[in-house]
Amino acid sequence: MQTVQHQSGAEGVDTHAGADVDEIMQKVAEHKGCGTSGGSGKASCGSGAGENDLPPEIWEKVKNHPCYSEEAHHHYARMHVAVAPACNIQCNYCNRKYDCANESRPGVVSEKLTPEQAAKKVLAVASTIPQMTVLGIAGPGDPLANPEKTFKTFELIAKTAPDIKLCVSTNGLALPDHVEQLSKYNIDHVTITINMIDPEVGAKIYPWIYYKKKRYHGVEAAKILTDRQLQGLEMLTERGILSKINSVMIPGINDQHLVEVNKAVKSRGAFLHNIMPLISAPEHGTVFGLTGQRGPTAQELKALQDSCEGEMNMMRHCRQCRADAVGLLGEDRSAEFTTDKIMEMEVSYDLESRKAYQAAVEKERDAVVAAKKAEMESLAGEHSDIKMLIAVATKGGGKVNEHFGHAKEFQVYELSTAGAKFVGHRRVDLYCQGGYGEEDSLATIIRAINDCHAVFVAKIGGCPKNDLKAAGIDPVDQFAGEFIEQSAIAYFKDYLDKVKSGEVEHVERGDAQIRQGALTSAEAA
Amino acid sequence: MAYKIVKDNCTGCSACEPECPNQAISETKDGLFVIDPAKCTECIGHHDEAQCVAVCPIDDTCIIDDNYPRYQAA
Ligand code: SF4
Ligand code: SF4
Ligand code: SF4
Repeated sequence: MQTVQHQSGAEGVDTHAGADVDEIMQKVAEHKGCGTSGGSGKASCGSGAGENDLPPEIWEKVKNHPCYSEEAHHHYARMHVAVAPACNIQCNYCNRKYDCANESRPGVVSEKLTPEQAAKKVLAVASTIPQMTVLGIAGPGDPLANPEKTFKTFELIAKTAPDIKLCVSTNGLALPDHVEQLSKYNIDHVTITINMIDPEVGAKIYPWIYYKKKRYHGVEAAKILTDRQLQGLEMLTERGILSKINSVMIPGINDQHLVEVNKAVKSRGAFLHNIMPLISAPEHGTVFGLTGQRGPTAQELKALQDSCEGEMNMMRHCRQCRADAVGLLGEDRSAEFTTDKIMEMEVSYDLESRKAYQAAVEKERDAVVAAKKAEMESLAGEHSDIKMLIAVATKGGGKVNEHFGHAKEFQVYELSTAGAKFVGHRRVDLYCQGGYGEEDSLATIIRAINDCHAVFVAKIGGCPKNDLKAAGIDPVDQFAGEFIEQSAIAYFKDYLDKVKSGEVEHVERGDAQIRQGALTSAEAA
Repeated sequence: MAYKIVKDNCTGCSACEPECPNQAISETKDGLFVIDPAKCTECIGHHDEAQCVAVCPIDDTCIIDDNYPRYQAA
């Protein structure tokens, strides 16, 4: 996913590819040790990666990319367009009868766009939402199984909106055939979904693939797929194109194995590894849904992410967004931009005002970082083994600024004397969909954040406050409108003081449930 | 000769269209796909298996059309 503008791009990278890539990989490798000394030294690592954690040339590529930088996803938005519905493999977590995306859950794409329609949509959205900086072509289907449509879309957008970064997500089967072209279109980030490197494991995930005019099954199919995926990854690395690996965690099938996958992709130069939970329910009509294959719990997911974290950057803020989603991660405005509405819109693309807006965002981000740094200093000298999770209701901007009752998701931070680390998010909007009545909504939220000690909100009513307390979760509204990390560290310091003085006793919390279903405001409404 | 696409099963994913060696597959107004029986050779002479069948994600969607005799290679 590349900004066409600021990066050296195809030629720049190609001409000195060898040296450059080695250098970058070297820096990534050095980085993975996460230089904090003593205690739980990983705190500066992972999805929380900020400016100080990454080599500058990589930070430059990813800093405004909401799908890659946990920090950026508070401030910038991405959109996906669905132009490529065909796919060349079958995954057991995908039901292609109702479309699907190259992510971990059955996708629900409402419309299929031509490249021309997609380009117009992107311009319309970017003119309306200045923080929209990234266009992805993901699913339903595989963008590289539809190369003409995918590259035509990129070509149109690169012409009219040169400041938008372009990215693709692929299952990797066709990747080696298209690396050259990706590099030509200045796409410097690619996401590959890699769920296994062992064909025996793969045979349980992929019933078949379509490759070189033939359908292959079972182990033979999985062997071809893994070879192609890893070859594609190596080719990207050689050309200086950053690659993120998505893996779907399927308990009992590849959960242990993903540690091996993590090593394999890291050694081939992947820059981020995003482990996502399997989303599976019978009504999705997927093979896994129908066989009753369960997804992981929040604790299982976090344990696996933690065990891979020492190895490389883990990404935990991914929301497995809908393929045609529009907006900040976690917020979906696609209903405003249906094909009919867009085709009627008069679009004028104003590069200057977009730049001005983004400059203001940069200032805000600097303020967040500064506030966190100042608060961290107050923790210096504190020593404690206590680690706790908190849930935060936020609308973006890195602040505690959402009402408890309006939150569709909570961001989860792990607090320790090493600071506040973003570790994931919990969606809670399921109660609006089939099965759960309004009265149950609070119970659903409590189940989703049951592993947290506290929940930070801008505002909360008396009733939910009492119910949360009864469940052992501290409702905190004193930080309304303030920066999340700064507030979290202040809260943690206060908590440690209370534990020391004997005012509160620290107890571990239980596990939490991962909600099954895609996040869409259309469904939730 | 010829395969056909079972309309009720087709998702309109378009995967089959570019794979057909005879350009026998095209999109209809409703976004689904059809095979022109006059052009379909069951892939005989081109590939070992019928390409539309091999790539289609939905089982039993691209099937032999019994209204036509099996294709005879020239
Ligand atoms: S690669 Fe994507 S579209 Fe293809 S089967 Fe898998 S999840 Fe579905
Ligand atoms: S069987 Fe072969 S020739 Fe006939 S429609 Fe399918 S792909 Fe085309
Ligand atoms: S591959 Fe199958 S589902 Fe897709 S368009 Fe062709 S017939 Fe329809």
